[in-house]
Amino acid sequence: MTGQPALEAPLLSVRGLRKSFGDNVVLDDVDLDVQPGECVVLIGASGSGKSTLLRCINLLEQVDDGVITLAGLDITDPRVDADEVRSRTGIVFQAYNLFPHLTVLDNVTLAPRRVHKVARAEAESRALAMLERVGLAEKARARPDDLSGGQQQRVAIARAMVNSPQLLLLDEVTSALDPELVGEVLDLLGELREEGMTMILSTHEMGFARNVADTVCFLDGGRVLEQGPPAEVLGAPREPRTRQFLSRLVS
Amino acid sequence: MSESTWSPSSIETDRRAFRRSRTVRSAAVSAVSTVVVLGVLGWLITHSAGWPRVQETFFSWDKAVESFPAVLKGLWLNIRLMVVCGLSILVLGLTLAIMRTLRGPIFFPLRLLATVYVDLFRGLPLLLLLLLLGLGVPALRLPNVPTELVFWGAVAIILSYSAYVAEVFRAGIESVHPSQRAASRALGLSNGQTLRHVVLPQAVRRVAPPLMNDFVSLQKDSGLIAVLGAIDAIRAAQIETATDFNYTPYVVAGVLFLCLTIPMARLTDRVARKQGWHGAGGTL
Repeated sequence: MTGQPALEAPLLSVRGLRKSFGDNVVLDDVDLDVQPGECVVLIGASGSGKSTLLRCINLLEQVDDGVITLAGLDITDPRVDADEVRSRTGIVFQAYNLFPHLTVLDNVTLAPRRVHKVARAEAESRALAMLERVGLAEKARARPDDLSGGQQQRVAIARAMVNSPQLLLLDEVTSALDPELVGEVLDLLGELREEGMTMILSTHEMGFARNVADTVCFLDGGRVLEQGPPAEVLGAPREPRTRQFLSRLVS
Repeated sequence: MSESTWSPSSIETDRRAFRRSRTVRSAAVSAVSTVVVLGVLGWLITHSAGWPRVQETFFSWDKAVESFPAVLKGLWLNIRLMVVCGLSILVLGLTLAIMRTLRGPIFFPLRLLATVYVDLFRGLPLLLLLLLLGLGVPALRLPNVPTELVFWGAVAIILSYSAYVAEVFRAGIESVHPSQRAASRALGLSNGQTLRHVVLPQAVRRVAPPLMNDFVSLQKDSGLIAVLGAIDAIRAAQIETATDFNYTPYVVAGVLFLCLTIPMARLTDRVARKQGWHGAGGTL
């Protein structure tokens, strides 16, 4: 189905995932495989379950059924240490979710210092290198409220990346940004992709999806309706619902 | 849609069973540890050498029954003071807080006034205020000014507490993110309307727990007007103990105070939850 032969064991494997809020079934029997270094792009209308899927993978939501395996470990098992799993994945939110009371640098060093017990000097040099990487080293002492949306989102990406996660989850990270700022964030993601970062991202930027995705998944009503290489799913969708969704976006 | 056809897989039922067993285990651990701690404490206290004496002095049932009417009568004064002072403090405290948060040079006198007020009345000991107002003002023998001790006692309490409560409200007002103000002004609401409909509802909800603190504390401090000669629950208890040095009446007063404050705390929590005021109170 993925269009790519699965040569190695997938880094992430989702099987029969189900999640509902009350009577509202948000994810309904979702299957997904992500190979190391792969970039999977989730597309679909608002409410199709993209965010919930990402939140389930980061264990921010307790699943109702199904299994999520990360690097061979069943992370939906209540016996696993959820904090340990989360420390191996990074997530970036649509609304940045930076801590407004901390400087940019402290936002980035918080987890390395408190979770990974890295010494302050070491954590700060790593954080500064990461901020340099996202082009914001000179803003290290600024507060999040003093930055533009694009800058805040790049700090959020640095915060997620500084722990060298196995998997980076990005939830509509450009939705709150203007086109110019979208460009700066997408360029950064493209570079991370080139460096071999494994990513799952949800987006409404079809051009970006076409460029960076190895696999595009179209979610509709909590199901993966169609998945495959971008040329197939975006270029020649099989499902009428996918065609309908894409035509609305283009026009 | 597939709600009717879906049933949990064996993995999911296994996970649920595990979570259930964990819940049961934690409940059992907490229940057992609570019983053990309370049991050990109870045993230590009741088997101590001086327990019979302490029990007679603090927990004498006969003395409790005997002193109950007097203490209850005193409590009625506390309750009246609490209601009148409580409402006045809320209004005055909120007014002061709003005065202090006004922006712009034109409001400088109001800000200054509120700041000086808070600095002054928060800094002065309540006891001094009570004596000054309760004994000093009536002694001036001004015409057409009330001379009742309770009246001036209540004024002293209101002056002191409104300064504290003003700061609690101010903290709440300043905790509302500026973007909320901007959103409201952008809709065309005036500064006052923004305060009334957007800022204050969020501010008050955030400071509900510390406000509750101040009111529980007020209940107890309302007894300080006993220094002016008024008889509240604690003073009534003191009078009862004077005859035989049995302190049970104080315990009676304490239990009565608890009967007032605990339901009030639970009520605030419930109101907060009902209004969808997340984080406005603990769940207990």
